Amino acid sequence: MSTPPVPGPGDSAPSTNTAVNSVNLPPTLIGTGHEGTAMDQVRGYFSRVRSGDMGSLPALGGFVVLSILFAFLNPYFFTTLNLANLFQQAGTLMMLSMALVFVILIAEIDLSAGVTAGVTAGLFVVLVNTYQVFWVLALATSFVLGIAIGSLIGFFVAKIGVPSFVVTLGLFLGLQGLQLVLLGEGGLYRVETPQILSIMNDNMPVWAGWVMVVVVLLVTYGIGMWDRSRRKKAGVPNRPMSLLWARLIAIAVGLGFVVYLLNENRSRSVKVLAGVPIIIPISIAILFIGTTVLDRSKFGRYLYAVGGNPEAARRAGVKVTQVRLFAFITCSTLAVVSGIFDASRIGSIDAGSGKTIVLSGVAAAVVGGVSLFGGRGRLSHAVIGAFVIAVIDNGLGLLGLPSGVNYLVTGAVLILAATVDAISRNRAGGKLTRT
Amino acid sequence: MAAPIMETPVIELTGVTKSFGPVDVLKGVSLAAYAGKVTALVGDNGAGKSTLIKGLAGVQPYDTGVIKFNGEVVSLATPRDASHHGIEVVYQDLALCENLDIVQNMFLGREETAGGIMEEAVMEREAALTLQSLSVRTVKSVRQKVSSLSGGQRQTVAIARSVLKKAKLVILDEPTAALGVAQTEQVLNLVRRLADSGVAVIIISHNLVDVFQVADYISVLYLGQMVANVETSETTNNDVIGYITGSKTYTGESL
Repeated sequence: MSTPPVPGPGDSAPSTNTAVNSVNLPPTLIGTGHEGTAMDQVRGYFSRVRSGDMGSLPALGGFVVLSILFAFLNPYFFTTLNLANLFQQAGTLMMLSMALVFVILIAEIDLSAGVTAGVTAGLFVVLVNTYQVFWVLALATSFVLGIAIGSLIGFFVAKIGVPSFVVTLGLFLGLQGLQLVLLGEGGLYRVETPQILSIMNDNMPVWAGWVMVVVVLLVTYGIGMWDRSRRKKAGVPNRPMSLLWARLIAIAVGLGFVVYLLNENRSRSVKVLAGVPIIIPISIAILFIGTTVLDRSKFGRYLYAVGGNPEAARRAGVKVTQVRLFAFITCSTLAVVSGIFDASRIGSIDAGSGKTIVLSGVAAAVVGGVSLFGGRGRLSHAVIGAFVIAVIDNGLGLLGLPSGVNYLVTGAVLILAATVDAISRNRAGGKLTRT
Repeated sequence: MAAPIMETPVIELTGVTKSFGPVDVLKGVSLAAYAGKVTALVGDNGAGKSTLIKGLAGVQPYDTGVIKFNGEVVSLATPRDASHHGIEVVYQDLALCENLDIVQNMFLGREETAGGIMEEAVMEREAALTLQSLSVRTVKSVRQKVSSLSGGQRQTVAIARSVLKKAKLVILDEPTAALGVAQTEQVLNLVRRLADSGVAVIIISHNLVDVFQVADYISVLYLGQMVANVETSETTNNDVIGYITGSKTYTGESL
């Protein structure tokens, strides 16, 4: 009601909030989780973790443990050359995994995301190589194809009600056929567009790496301060400023260290090889935009709502069909980006491109902490998960173990992650089955 | 029997019917709910309570009958119509997203935005003020996930949601069905405060103790007909049970 709050009987009882650090607020206002000292915030975080809201913590732990393990087993693992390698290795997977987050969040799946990446990249090279189409135009056409594939999946899943597993499994086969038709039997097209090749193979100048760090810090600071001013204006408490500083310092140290390492000469020949690979700023930008959409736009909120309880979302007036449709379109569009990354890294496209990567993409998202039950997970989880998978790939590769071991380990990690997801969901009071 | 309130009811149904094929579920039902009053709708299973409510929610429009909202004839053909008139239904299987927090649930479907970006701070404040206006003290933080809330707290959030929407008529479908004693008490107090704030409340319940505690009027459905509309203070538990089971006939004038 718009009527001013009428104190009810017994309302004079002291509020449970111990510290409300804003003067604008009536002292009885219900807590928001933002009040209290930095220590309270840290304690609150740990209590959330204990209650099963672990996010990407297991994956981060796994990443650290695996890194240390591989560093012991092979000294080459911790070289700057391998570090740059790792980013490029993870790039394609990371992108595909981020794409899949949008559909996994609404408790659906897109098994065709990998071949969507392959077929759109295939269309790109065919247009450029055979038809001499200007590369920007060819790229745009690829994105149009990606959006069309996403719309097709969305139509069948959201409007008709066919399970996404079946629709995308069908497309997984169908799009491979399309790719064969497009490229011809045994067809192999070299990527000859320098702009595309440079994404995965070139580095930024040393100064640009530092500029990137500064930009990330400024954007983080700016958004943090903007949020604080909005909250102050609305009269709700703000978290202690020290938390924002802590975050900025963490970014400065963490990202700064990586940039420092990548700015060193990592070449083992006379030719200097230094600088941050171009894939890194591109990935950070996509991660930033995607996270903003998920956290701050209505579409993002509705994805979580539909993933959590579609019936509740529908009753609340959310256009569930539309949200589902756009989730699939977003996924396929981002899959195109991953296809371009892959083409850039491999340097060529054949009929098998993108065939095997999709399960690793799902694995990366789940390992990172995105729930297959829907409604829980972030893009950053997919990134961390992709690094875990890439580290396993990279580390086992360095050890010279047969690739069978690689698959076995990755599979085991996926099942482990899904188990953690199921148990933590149980602990958080949710049901194991989807409602 | 005292004459009913002279003021115009917020919602007034007259001669409402609904059939599914050959089965007549509602056979000319009349019902009224007044601002600031709690009207309990009781009746045995199959009496037509749910059908009556679904018509008010616009989910399942009536076949015939007159619906008056604040004295004016309206049509409730879709949920949107109902929502437009300020009719909110709090369903038994609470329509909340467990993975979202209280603020996100209360504002779901009508988030405040500025330039496409959600105004979290404003929503947080409004949610907190709304809960406070209902004297809710059981919720620690408005940023708690609904999955961490008890049944009573969830019911509270669902009711607060309808208040936030500035509902004029709130229909509660068995709000205490799955709750323990203390939580039932909390929710009933909340229902009372909701009515006291000027909202017309219709509550469906099988629990006559609850009904007598919270309702101003009791309307009894029996096999698709409204067999009694009585003031709570002028009837007894036994009488109401009689009306519900059909073993007793209401003799007073209809409200």
